Amino acid sequence: MTLLHDTEASARTTVQTMTMAQALNRALADALEDDPTVVVFGEDVGPNGGVFRITDGLNARFGESRCFDTPLAESGIIGTAIGMAMNGMRPIAEMQFDAFAYPAFEQIVDHVAKMGNRTRGMMRLPMVIRIPYGGGIGGVEHHCDSSEAYYAHTPGLTIVAPSTPQDAYGLLRAAIVTADPVVFLEPKKLYWTSGLVDTSAPLPAIGRARVARAGTDATLIAYGACVPIALEAAEVAAGEGRSLGVVDVRSIVPFDDETVCAAVRSTGRAVVIAEAPGFASVASEIAARVMERCFHHLQAPVLRVTGFDTPFAPPKLEKYYLPGVDRVLDAVDALQWEDEVLVR
Amino acid sequence: MPASAETLLPAAEPIRLIDQDGAAIHANEMGMPSSGSLIEGYRHLVVGRRINDQANALVRQGRLAVYPSSYGQEACEVAAAMVLDDRDWLFPTYRDAVAVITRGVSPLEVFVQLRGDWHSGYDPHSHNVAPQATPLATQLVHAAGFAHAAKLRGEDTVVLAMCGDGATSEGDFHEALNFAAVFGLAVVFLVQNNGYAISVPLSRQTHAPSLAHKAIGYGMPGKRVDGNDLAGLLSVLQDAVDSARAGDGPTLIEAVTYRIQSHTNADDATRYRSDDEVKPWLERDPVQRVRDYLRSIGELTDGDDAEIHAQAERVASALRDGLNADVDLDPAELFRHVYAHPTTQLDEQARSLSDEQARSLSDELSGDQAETTMGARP
Repeated sequence: MTLLHDTEASARTTVQTMTMAQALNRALADALEDDPTVVVFGEDVGPNGGVFRITDGLNARFGESRCFDTPLAESGIIGTAIGMAMNGMRPIAEMQFDAFAYPAFEQIVDHVAKMGNRTRGMMRLPMVIRIPYGGGIGGVEHHCDSSEAYYAHTPGLTIVAPSTPQDAYGLLRAAIVTADPVVFLEPKKLYWTSGLVDTSAPLPAIGRARVARAGTDATLIAYGACVPIALEAAEVAAGEGRSLGVVDVRSIVPFDDETVCAAVRSTGRAVVIAEAPGFASVASEIAARVMERCFHHLQAPVLRVTGFDTPFAPPKLEKYYLPGVDRVLDAVDALQWEDEVLVR
Repeated sequence: MPASAETLLPAAEPIRLIDQDGAAIHANEMGMPSSGSLIEGYRHLVVGRRINDQANALVRQGRLAVYPSSYGQEACEVAAAMVLDDRDWLFPTYRDAVAVITRGVSPLEVFVQLRGDWHSGYDPHSHNVAPQATPLATQLVHAAGFAHAAKLRGEDTVVLAMCGDGATSEGDFHEALNFAAVFGLAVVFLVQNNGYAISVPLSRQTHAPSLAHKAIGYGMPGKRVDGNDLAGLLSVLQDAVDSARAGDGPTLIEAVTYRIQSHTNADDATRYRSDDEVKPWLERDPVQRVRDYLRSIGELTDGDDAEIHAQAERVASALRDGLNADVDLDPAELFRHVYAHPTTQLDEQARSLSDEQARSLSDELSGDQAETTMGARP
């Protein structure tokens, strides 16, 4: 694949403040610029620029053959993306909302995930499925699902969820160039949060977590929209004399056991935070993995702070559903601190 | 695009160039294919029929796990492969082994899946054939996307996508035809209407006048053709391929045929249909029909026919020998292709399975087999 020459890269090097939405838009534009096989398509992604404006301006700049609207049919969008990837393109398909991606589930599970394995590696599908996911925006039903567990349970898919504008840019660029198909989960609650983005920074390795805050007493493990909550909880806890570290998972699959477990071993306590219902969830998997690998370092059971095992809440009730700072701090308080005193 | 909607509708009767007694029908706007291509087609039909018979026998002998036979539908299989150029692509289903083999893929590689060695046994790029699809109609959407990529690059590749009558009820059938029509893609959709989806008859799949009538809903032409007439199939399919290559978009073709045998060897068709229903279809045999025609016009001598059948025997014999030989399968391959970039977790699991095998082997060597544990490990 065509990669940027160093001189061109330095010519357009920028570090600037962007929202996550702008960072994603920039990543798509830079990928379209760098690689003629990249195509962007989905519902309303053309002249309208996407309902979240992630593809804003791309149709005008790159033309109808590079960024275009499709019929309103998610299985068709993913199915044709598969065919394009089979035929030498690097398609980036947008699912308009998490719960609207389900008509494409068969294509994702049966074909996107399995084509490389089915053909013994002779036909890989380098493609990205972008899915705005999660709640926190007052969306009505079917607009706020955290669907990562469905995809994470399917071998063959790579699952990424950024929590900062910098990672949104870097991880999307990395997802586009990797040979494996990537489900790219965009926490829509964070679309309008800003941060510095260095578009010339080396691309992050997919499969590596990031220590977002160092801490010595307990480790908060989160991804997507729950990372800022974890960071806020850590800030509050610091004011109360408790040092909480935060690990941003970033890549749900492949999962970075090494970074997560190193952080937990250093503190001996862990809370996993995610919006999705807790039962049979990614949070459950992380808790189990940490327990299996760090048992002798743990001072307390690994706790989970997740969404309830109910369908996502209506807009006026979502504040009760979503994990928040208080609920995270309550979990931290429940990490059997008093037992340590007893043991000592 | 056609001037009026009526031009998109199929004719009242399926197009047929040779009748079931082997006589040419001249009241047709379609031209008869050349004798040369009919002889080549007849050769593929005889080989295809022999492969169907051989595969059924190999299932009975336990050498194949299962075989969805295309017995009686060989003309559709052969024509689909013959009308494509080398640069074109075929998107077949699980019942289309004969089409894949006619396209040039090694029979042994095709049967890797049905023997249970792996999910697909051939390199799709070797003969431009997508892996045989098991889920229904999903491959039709891939075909549309494949053709879309070709169109974006300005290539004139044609994609021929196959499915059965049952698949026309699936949502992906609709989405594939709609995408192909909206974007004007070079796809030929070939539906083999063989009357049954396992046990469920066509009447439970559709209330449309015919499956080809569905085409007008997408704004593409729909054609019906006698699916047991190689000559009719070659003409109708070639027309659609030429039209697609010329940039005139997709065509839906319904080939009216019949599934002579059960769905697979695991199915018993006598539970849901009578012999009386099957019998007339045996008389419409696609192989016999083209043979009778070629004999009647003096293009197939006894010697030619004997040579063609000898070739079919050689193919069957090679298939038999190949499938009777045991293949060493490496369990480590389970992990090898899941990702292009191997994950730490899969590497760990591969080591765990390998250690388990090593322990099992060492237990066997020490004669201590009774207590061998094969429990799952992380």
